[in-house]
Amino acid sequence: MSSELINKYFRMNKLPHIWCPGCGHGILMHSIVKAIDNLGLNKDDVCIVSGIGCSSRAPGYMDFNTLHTTHGRALAFATGIKLANPKLEVIVISGDGDSSAIGGNHLIHAARRNIGITTVIFNNSIYGMTGGQYSPTTPTGDKGTTAPYGNIDNNFDLCRLAEAAGATYTARSTAYHANMLIKQVENGIKNKGFSLIEAISVCPTYYGRKNKKGDSVKMMEYLRDAGINVNKAKNMSSEELADKIVIGEFNNISKPEYTDQYQNIINRLQGER
Amino acid sequence: MSKNVKLMQGNEACVEGALAAGMRFYAGYPITPSTEVAELSSLKLPQVGGKFIQMEDEIGGMAATIGASLAGLKSMTATSGPGFSLKQENLGYACMAEVPCVIVNVQRGGPSTGLPTSPSQGDVMQAKWGTHGDHPMIALTPSSVKETFDLTVKAFNFAEKFRTPVILLLDEVVAHMRERTEIPDQSEIEVIDRKKPQKDLDTYNPYKVVDDTLVPPMAAYGEGYRFHVTGLSHDVTGFPSNDGVIAKNLLNRLMDKVNDNMDELSIYENYKMEDAEIAIVAYGSTARSAKSAVDAAREEGIKVGLFRPMTIWPFLANQVKELDNKVNNIIVAEMNLGQYSLEVERVCKSANVIHYGKINGELITPNEILSKIKEVL
Ligand SMILES: Cc1ncc(C[n+]2csc(CCOP(=O)(O)OP(=O)(O)O)c2C)c(N)n1
Ligand code: SF4
Repeated sequence: MSSELINKYFRMNKLPHIWCPGCGHGILMHSIVKAIDNLGLNKDDVCIVSGIGCSSRAPGYMDFNTLHTTHGRALAFATGIKLANPKLEVIVISGDGDSSAIGGNHLIHAARRNIGITTVIFNNSIYGMTGGQYSPTTPTGDKGTTAPYGNIDNNFDLCRLAEAAGATYTARSTAYHANMLIKQVENGIKNKGFSLIEAISVCPTYYGRKNKKGDSVKMMEYLRDAGINVNKAKNMSSEELADKIVIGEFNNISKPEYTDQYQNIINRLQGER
Repeated sequence: MSKNVKLMQGNEACVEGALAAGMRFYAGYPITPSTEVAELSSLKLPQVGGKFIQMEDEIGGMAATIGASLAGLKSMTATSGPGFSLKQENLGYACMAEVPCVIVNVQRGGPSTGLPTSPSQGDVMQAKWGTHGDHPMIALTPSSVKETFDLTVKAFNFAEKFRTPVILLLDEVVAHMRERTEIPDQSEIEVIDRKKPQKDLDTYNPYKVVDDTLVPPMAAYGEGYRFHVTGLSHDVTGFPSNDGVIAKNLLNRLMDKVNDNMDELSIYENYKMEDAEIAIVAYGSTARSAKSAVDAAREEGIKVGLFRPMTIWPFLANQVKELDNKVNNIIVAEMNLGQYSLEVERVCKSANVIHYGKINGELITPNEILSKIKEVL
């Protein structure tokens, strides 16, 4: 089954990938492809855009229209693509640093516009590619190579951030909960407007080692045990939720989509002639 | 046929030129003195089925411009001063990934937020070297409203033909002054479109040269080619490569596709240079003052002429060398501390190169240039 997917959607000559053994990014990439397959999208109509980082290497392996941009700018490039050709199913793959530090401004504005882009954030709680510096999602108190005494920054809740900014679909799952992630990516793509799916990944090489989280298997077990469904979480106290990861769909609403709105302007002007 | 004559601004002529050249996408962030370019684009683009978007910042504006071009639309962004600095990283991306687009920079006094409403020609070097690494750059600079129209068309044509970003370097005077401007009929305007691949869906390589132009044909996303684009050094397939030879060959090709076409890219005017003993070099609005100064000096019997580059990058070394052979004194007048003058000096072996600059946010007057001519005599 998996090998069928590989033949159908991956660039065989670009594999094996460069991710470390035990990295969660491969599972997340597979989930996206599985979602595309489940939806039966035409490969030529899908455009996958990334920024820079370990996660952002994914499009190179995937046999679609692919674009590897500058650090943090994937959503801005993607906005140009989507507006220029709204028929394209534009999917952005981005790291937590890529999307919320350097690219934070593009993230909130893409959400605010409710432009039809599905963003999947591979959140490994660290800057992987540059070797383990803390990111805006590194839990407060955790260590990174630039937080040797423990990170004192408060960390972002990316789903709440995106929802507050205007995203019409937000959801979270983890590399352990891959089946849930597949469903969420499907729903994100089906949503006409801006969708954000936060996929918690594991980076045993940097985040794991720096914070004594054990090997990849240990880290995956942690994701399994920490994952609490949003419906269950509603009845839990903040103390009970302290070390948990709330997963599931947070919102899924309908609002006018940006490129549709712009097309309405064009139609109106051209109709007036 | 009735002529389409209008009183318009440089910034407006820029948008009209862009539309005539086929612009169908604009993304940017407003900044004085370039704002009218965005405003008029937002008004006109949807009327022709094109798209305008005001992005959250200049970085996003440059990024979206590149994205739209990759999706097949002729795209432009406009900015000034600090905004131009913000665009530089993605401008380099467009060079490396060979994405045609036009970047308008209406220069204003700097550094930093500097003199936001005053004229300057302070971004000549930034236009060439603002991004990191070596790369080719095409930058054009008009002196009048009509020329702004013409050079904007040229900028799009060069971008499409050479598959590269092209900068249109305006100064505040040209951008904001109003002049009687005759817009040619669309049928009289040469419009060049990017070369497309020959339906070779399975064998298409986005960076493979297929003829003697050094410019690979360019597909758009969504046309069935499924190609990869990156800002990393890449091979003909578009995929990253760390191979030093591939990196070197790629950069050399990028340089050559511009340098090998100097004849076509060199746009300039020689004014009263035939018998000149002194040459003025000036561009943009300063060239207008220089022209008046030449006329005034001629009336006093001084043999002086003007060389006016409209192509500011690549540097018109051959034409400047000719000046060097012809005259003993070359006065370079520009609203900066000597950016173009240094380039002129670099190629002049015998002539004296004298810089006349102004950085107080005022334009250079004909009288000031005339005085400089008399000093040199
Ligand atoms: C303008 C710019 N600043 C910094 C960098 C260096 N850089 C590359 S990847 C990266 C962080 C990547 O972290 P993240 O987005 O979390 O992805 P990960 O590698 O962890 O998957 C940084 C800081 C860069 N390439 N460009
Ligand atoms: S550094 Fe971390 S995120 Fe990057 S490939 Fe290795 S394990 Fe994955």
